[in-house]
Amino acid sequence: MSILDSKIPEGHISQKWTDYKDHLKLVAPNNRPKIDVIVVGTGLAGSSAAASLGEMGYNVKAFCFQDSPRRAHSIAAQGGINAAKNYQNDGDSVFRLFYDTIKGGDYRAREANVHRLAEVSGNIIDQCVAQGVPFAREYGGLLDNRSFGGTQVQRTFYAAGQTGQQLLLGAYSALSRQIGLGRVKMYNRHEMLDIVKVDGKARGIIARNLVTGEIERHSAHAVIIASGGYGNVYFLSTNAMGSNVTAAWKIHKQGALFANPCYVQIHPTCIPVHGTNQSKLTLMSESLRNSGRIWVPKKKEDAEAIRAGKLKPTQIAEEDRDYYLERRYPAFGNLVPRDVASRAAKERCDAGYGIEANDTNEGVYLDFSSEIKSKGKQAAYAAGNHNASEEEIIALGKKWVESKYGNLFQMYEKITDENPYETPMKIYPAVHYTMGGVWVDYNLQSTIPGCFVAGEANFSDHGANRLGASALMQGLADGYFVLPYTVSDYLANEIRTGAIPTNTAEFDAAEQRVKDQINKFLNNNGTKSVDFFHKKLGLIMWNKVGMGRNEQGLKEAIEEIGALKAEFHNNVFVPGSADELNPELEKAIRVADFIELGHLMAIDALQRKESCGGHFREEYQDAEGETLRDDENFKFAGAWEYKGDDINQEVLHKEELKYEFIKIAARNYK
Amino acid sequence: MGLTNAYCLMTKNLKKMASKTININLKIWRQKNANSKGSMETYKLDNVSTDSSFLEMLDQLNEQLINERQEPIAFDHDCREGICGMCSLFINGEAHGPDRAVTTCQLHMRKFKDGETIFVEPFRAKAFPVIKDLVVDRSSFDRIQQAGGFVSVNTSGRTMDANAIPIPKHDADKAFEAAACIGCGACVASCVNASAMLFVAAKVSQYALLPQGKVEARDRVLNMVRTMDEEGFGNCTNTGACAVECPKEISLENIARMNREYLKGMLSAE
Repeated sequence: MSILDSKIPEGHISQKWTDYKDHLKLVAPNNRPKIDVIVVGTGLAGSSAAASLGEMGYNVKAFCFQDSPRRAHSIAAQGGINAAKNYQNDGDSVFRLFYDTIKGGDYRAREANVHRLAEVSGNIIDQCVAQGVPFAREYGGLLDNRSFGGTQVQRTFYAAGQTGQQLLLGAYSALSRQIGLGRVKMYNRHEMLDIVKVDGKARGIIARNLVTGEIERHSAHAVIIASGGYGNVYFLSTNAMGSNVTAAWKIHKQGALFANPCYVQIHPTCIPVHGTNQSKLTLMSESLRNSGRIWVPKKKEDAEAIRAGKLKPTQIAEEDRDYYLERRYPAFGNLVPRDVASRAAKERCDAGYGIEANDTNEGVYLDFSSEIKSKGKQAAYAAGNHNASEEEIIALGKKWVESKYGNLFQMYEKITDENPYETPMKIYPAVHYTMGGVWVDYNLQSTIPGCFVAGEANFSDHGANRLGASALMQGLADGYFVLPYTVSDYLANEIRTGAIPTNTAEFDAAEQRVKDQINKFLNNNGTKSVDFFHKKLGLIMWNKVGMGRNEQGLKEAIEEIGALKAEFHNNVFVPGSADELNPELEKAIRVADFIELGHLMAIDALQRKESCGGHFREEYQDAEGETLRDDENFKFAGAWEYKGDDINQEVLHKEELKYEFIKIAARNYK
Repeated sequence: MGLTNAYCLMTKNLKKMASKTININLKIWRQKNANSKGSMETYKLDNVSTDSSFLEMLDQLNEQLINERQEPIAFDHDCREGICGMCSLFINGEAHGPDRAVTTCQLHMRKFKDGETIFVEPFRAKAFPVIKDLVVDRSSFDRIQQAGGFVSVNTSGRTMDANAIPIPKHDADKAFEAAACIGCGACVASCVNASAMLFVAAKVSQYALLPQGKVEARDRVLNMVRTMDEEGFGNCTNTGACAVECPKEISLENIARMNREYLKGMLSAE
């Protein structure tokens, strides 16, 4: 068909990766030190890739914009990491994890990639434990598990509500070891601002030293982009302030196709917006849905009274509460996937049952009182107290909740000034993760030869919706267990290349592009700050390319973003100079890319005339408000090709998705 | 359309019950770069929502400065949910400000009074040189980690099954509590000696408590402590300020454990 060759190997799904790996080319240990590899980003995917390639003996250069690789936003992942270990003997298997992930993604992910992910999931846990990652354990000393949305087994490994932190610090420790051994050279406070291609192949990057402002040239035989997702296109999201799409967008402009940009995950349980100067939204882990029950009042007048401050949630009787997820989805209850839970919250709030005091009523309750009682009773029983009083039970129950979710409860209280042990949490959906990303083949290689993309930055494993606790799994799978094989296969043809010079016309041209953009911003002399435009973009995206989308809104968004782009370039004011630490300049470069990406997201959402996963087109829903997929016409990954400054000219390439081992069906959690 | 209008649209009436606002005075450390001399500058900021975080207050001040064509204040921050460890700031004489068990990004303006004057300085230590304004260089922490803060296991995924070695829950929990350190440097900034003992002890303890870390325990503690000294951190005199100001409440018990490990390491050194 098109320029998209997914390179999925032949054979049975359970044997593809094993057979494929056995036939990939290798680079002998004596040749590896002659080969340079660049890794951009030091989250789970980047750190694990850099560490593993360093261990193998390649010369690795790793880049992060933060002051240390340990700060990458993987650190903030809370709830856990999935693995098909079946330690709980509840019927889990590699196939089930594979199946749940494909179904969770609403049948819009590539079978072969997802199966590989499930296959290596167990190795990740083994590797992390060997590194000294302190996962939660049971009293017998063995690893504990919990449940996440969209599954009916307990396969999620965790470390309190700080699993991402512990996994990233594990990968950071492996990376630090390689830095100490001189096999990885680390560039902190550096931002990649362009890719350099020589004869069509990725041969290096242009990076800005964020402290001195120096524009640097770095060459390599392969470039790995692990720069994370693009949720900050909405301005308000659960992403870190610095999370950006720039590395991914720059390679897109140099020939890497960008797939499914409209697939965005809106996470159901975040702390609602507090006010006009809010800079980001804070997630409350999905793991809380193991113990918390989501509800709104059954009666509108109760919801109104709560909003008016006349009634407290604890005063609403049990029979007057609508546990709407348990009502609509009895089989999965509060643990339905994120897209389903988010839409259900929006449905209730739109219908007037929301409990937050604002004119969209955007808030629902996440209530732990049932769990506190039931776990308190269990704990009392276990301690031999069979006649515990109500107070004793509640005290023990709170202690249990604290041991599981203590840091999350503390975080909630610090932000909201309310005590979630006493009153239910108020939550509402917020932008959290992006399933779309740079298109990659089975090797995780983009359409630029030698440019690989890993973790959230690629599009490959989660289809139209990611299941909870699967992002950490994918990041580490890509970095530890996929790239070392596939990158080596590519580099096997590079052993005779020799060092790549940086004094060439290609590096000159790329550096010039970067310098031109920086000079343009600094001399623009406009009147509005970067944030002014970023917030405007966020508003358009949230209202028109957010949880519910429709043709008219998307067409308006395309017009508005086009106009915003022009206004931004005419009227943005960037203070300071190029040769110093200049956070406003950093933001300006990132927002320029977000505006173009936002435009493409709207175009992609407009062409996808179906609802699937996180992409909900209001025109395509059934009588009960569930998503209506159109497998006949849209069972493809949509990969966009850049065609110059006018984003409207981007060309869509389709990768047909074949389901040979899973029977495609309507996604049902009822 | 002005900025306020645009953003009001976005968060239209998002919080009617909201929050009160306060007016504050700020004394903030300004320093052009590592080589220049800095000084405290005075700013006035009105209409700060008490629901804003401290960093959102600084965003608001920076927006005001940008609109007045002044250079905004540089400060480190990223996740804004208390886990990345990038934000710092010495606020009214305390690392991460007056609240307990929080980072600056989780500190909220409701902790301050209307009309209050707030002093904001960078984390100060010889091993944390100022880069600009409130931004400091904490790469010395990375170098300590590189000296031994790891288990020497290559990526293979075939070490052994994760459940092959049961680890007593108590030890696993203690290791986790130590591993919760976010590497922000508040311990150093709070210490009269600018000592990094709490940071190093947390990492040493995490591994010392786990069977996977025991094999290299001796070299680890010796190398990490040596690097800590070389980086110019001061000595520990057991004042305990580090643990009081630690946003993750890392316990002093870890320092005691590291001292034992160090002593053991010294005695068995070749």
